[in-house]
Amino acid sequence: MSTGFVVLAVLMGAVTYPSRALPLLAPGLERLPAPVFAYLRLVAPAVLAAIGAVNVLLVGPRGRVGFHVGIEAAAVVVCLVLTLWRGNLLAGLVAAVAIVAVARAVGVG
Amino acid sequence: MRKDLPALTAGELAQSRRRLIIDGIGIAVSALAFGFVYGLAAEGAGLSPIEAVAMSVIVFAGAAQFAAIGYITGGLAWPAIILLTALINARHLLYAAALAPWLCDVPAPRRALMAHVLTDEAFALAIAHFTRLGRTDERGYWIAAIGSTWIPWNVATLAGVLIGREIPSPERFGIDIVFPAAMVGLAAGLITGRREVVAAIVGAVLGVAVGLLVSPSLGIVAGGLLGPAAGLAVPERAPRNELPA
Repeated sequence: MSTGFVVLAVLMGAVTYPSRALPLLAPGLERLPAPVFAYLRLVAPAVLAAIGAVNVLLVGPRGRVGFHVGIEAAAVVVCLVLTLWRGNLLAGLVAAVAIVAVARAVGVG
Repeated sequence: MRKDLPALTAGELAQSRRRLIIDGIGIAVSALAFGFVYGLAAEGAGLSPIEAVAMSVIVFAGAAQFAAIGYITGGLAWPAIILLTALINARHLLYAAALAPWLCDVPAPRRALMAHVLTDEAFALAIAHFTRLGRTDERGYWIAAIGSTWIPWNVATLAGVLIGREIPSPERFGIDIVFPAAMVGLAAGLITGRREVVAAIVGAVLGVAVGLLVSPSLGIVAGGLLGPAAGLAVPERAPRNELPA
């Protein structure tokens, strides 16, 4: 069984770990000024919304990415509404999966 | 952690952990599905089970791993793969910076371990849990990172690389929608005022715009960096919770 790509995995891990660890391990972070904390508090909703939007609205291979509004976007909106209305993410996810699965089964998605 | 916070009752902690676990089930299903597809793709690209699992254990970053499989298949040189991996995973800087104020009282060796399992999903679940509680819950972080993502991702990678060809694509069943829907749903759960709303909307719009013009990975970084700046420009109403100071 080949193991050559294990070395590549180690190197990829070596360039990934610092971006995960440096802010967590940097000393004195708790002494940052209040505006920085206010900024950091907003990072989570901004980056999660960006991840969701990018994953559902941009399609296509690297270098040929296009904008697409399909059944997947509608499913995410339904999940969002259900999560806000019922306070239950799992119910929203189940609804989103059901919408996409049914749409694909009937050839809409 | 702030020392002036009122004591948390066992019921409040249990309630928030229950919600963390319920939300985490959806994330785990997504990690299982995508981990399985990754294992299948890795096997198709010629990686052995040891190599595919090593990538999931050591790199533990889905987008970068999928991209790496594409690079390997395309014959890209290793230095380029490593550079692109660093760029794709640069968004983790934002997550770690946002979590750092919550985790500053956790001993450094454990923070170093927490960093390794910090993913999109772990960040989303943990920050939502901490915000609900108004304080840090280290066990909650491990539930989010290990229970909902690390274990399902690695088990599914192994299954995908060993038996993937015998099972139909999970995308047929709509499982691929779980990840973006979970990210949007978790973002909604973090909204406590106008600033968060503006940050989320601007983050999403910028993410898509930069993603179209440059690349999806950079779009996420741009949305995550500039969305909060737009949010700060909005006058604040009293939020329900604050970061620990």
